[in-house]
Amino acid sequence: MDVVIWSRIQFAMTAAYHWLFVPLTLGLALAMAVMETLYVVKKDPFWKKAAQFWIKLFAINFAVGIATGIILEFEFGTNWSNYSWMVGDMFGAPLAIEGILAFFMEATFFAVMFFGWNKVSPKFHLASTWLTGIGATISAYWILVANGWMQNPVGTTFNPDTVRSEMASAAAFWEVISNPVAVSKFCHAVTSGWVTGGIFVVGVSAWYLLKNRHVEFARRSLLIGAIVGLVGSGTVMLSGDSSGVHAAEFQPMKLAAAEGLVDGGNGAAFTIVPGIKVPHMLSLLATHDWNGFVPGINDILKGYTDNNGNVVPSVAEKMAMGRRALDALAVYRETEDPMVKAMAEAVLDDNVQYMGYGHLSAPEDVVPPVGVVFWSFRFMIGLGMLIALVLLLALIAVWKDKLGSWKWLLWASIICIPLAYICGQCGWMVAEVGRQPWTIQGLLPVNVAISSLSTGAVKTTFFVFLAVFALFLVIEIRIMLGAIRKGPEVEPKDA
Amino acid sequence: MPKPTGIFSFFASLYRDGFRNMTWGKPLVWLIILKLIILFAILRVFFFKPAMRGLSEEQKSEAVGNALLQNHNTDTLNLLTD
Repeated sequence: MDVVIWSRIQFAMTAAYHWLFVPLTLGLALAMAVMETLYVVKKDPFWKKAAQFWIKLFAINFAVGIATGIILEFEFGTNWSNYSWMVGDMFGAPLAIEGILAFFMEATFFAVMFFGWNKVSPKFHLASTWLTGIGATISAYWILVANGWMQNPVGTTFNPDTVRSEMASAAAFWEVISNPVAVSKFCHAVTSGWVTGGIFVVGVSAWYLLKNRHVEFARRSLLIGAIVGLVGSGTVMLSGDSSGVHAAEFQPMKLAAAEGLVDGGNGAAFTIVPGIKVPHMLSLLATHDWNGFVPGINDILKGYTDNNGNVVPSVAEKMAMGRRALDALAVYRETEDPMVKAMAEAVLDDNVQYMGYGHLSAPEDVVPPVGVVFWSFRFMIGLGMLIALVLLLALIAVWKDKLGSWKWLLWASIICIPLAYICGQCGWMVAEVGRQPWTIQGLLPVNVAISSLSTGAVKTTFFVFLAVFALFLVIEIRIMLGAIRKGPEVEPKDA
Repeated sequence: MPKPTGIFSFFASLYRDGFRNMTWGKPLVWLIILKLIILFAILRVFFFKPAMRGLSEEQKSEAVGNALLQNHNTDTLNLLTD
């Protein structure tokens, strides 16, 4: 394996590790804030104890997850320096806002939430709990603005003098932050966090019910967890639909790979698993039109006409335009003649959206690993639907007072906790493996984004990370399980 | 509305008293400190040196421009034929 593959594996491992902590932070924040709201509104001390317990688990997750995202930024500078330089102007603002906002909001309100139970009024404490969660959510937005731009680079222009994608105006900044891909990614990622948080609360509560401990606490927590999880499931489906439409519009190869669609067409069928298809469903999901055209891998390679009548060039044509862009960049940098420079700049402007294609060796280079994307997509949807079903049944069980007799549901709820993590990781695999070979869609392939590094150096840091991450993960799980085993400090009648 | 100094002293006492009275949270604080040391004092210093550290802005532009064109055989005629 070469340095590009090792660097990608390292980045994937770091991002996947970071995403172990983020969804639970987002989801538990909502669940515990709802419980504390019930305490303040109903003045029922039971909900205070319940909120305190879930805040404790939130704090453990938060403490171990803290700064795991920083490692990604280390890797940008070391492994992906060309990419890092090209996006520096565009990423600077969102990541700076994220850093400042996350630091101040979380450091301030987390401290009040964690230490301030007896120091501030209940309402002030409640506001701090909500603001901790809102701070984490806003922080996620800025990260996903950066990620969304890599999938759909809007609002920037390539400056051949600085070799950077730059935002020229406030309008450009607005275009970047309102990028439809970023918005749908944000909604999808955050609400998937609500599902993770919801099933975590339901699963932990189910464990207490199976052990016949803290029964009233578990029953009431389970109800809140199921509601949070179901709200998340509903909104994650809606935002998933929006993500599908955006993939069809901006990254059709990703959608074709996720569907294993070799030859597209009108009224395309959705493949549930190989051999089982739902007629017209893919067209409906991707274009919101029963007979809409969905391009397959071959259509994208050869070129096609989209649903708006626009002719999309073949990959070979895009490669030719990409090479013209690179020729123009080379001439622009070499020449001292103002007229030649102006001409080169004009050619570059005309072709820059395909500049990345100029680095490709063959049209087939734009096809991502279809098997990985196809199956990740199915695991994501399948596990997501399974978890939604378990959450719904949990709600019904509380309503019909069947929690004591439906032991299988309690076990299923516990099993769904790791499945929620697998589901989230599969979602990111679809998003990130599905856009290969691009670091920035159409502009920069991964083999050009990489720094000049030795494979040995990347392998060394990969295994160092693996060891450190594994150690911290084991510690977190041990502390988390210890806190769960100890249980909440509820009234004696509930113990 | 409290004066700024009041806010700062409030948060200072919040953290001070909070850490002092911690029970189960103490291992977490040590965990965070240990992690930050590993991240910033070991990994950042010895393993993750920025590839373009020490270069000026112009030199960085030059380096990335060269990387973009590294494997590209410039065809000036291609540029002129349009």
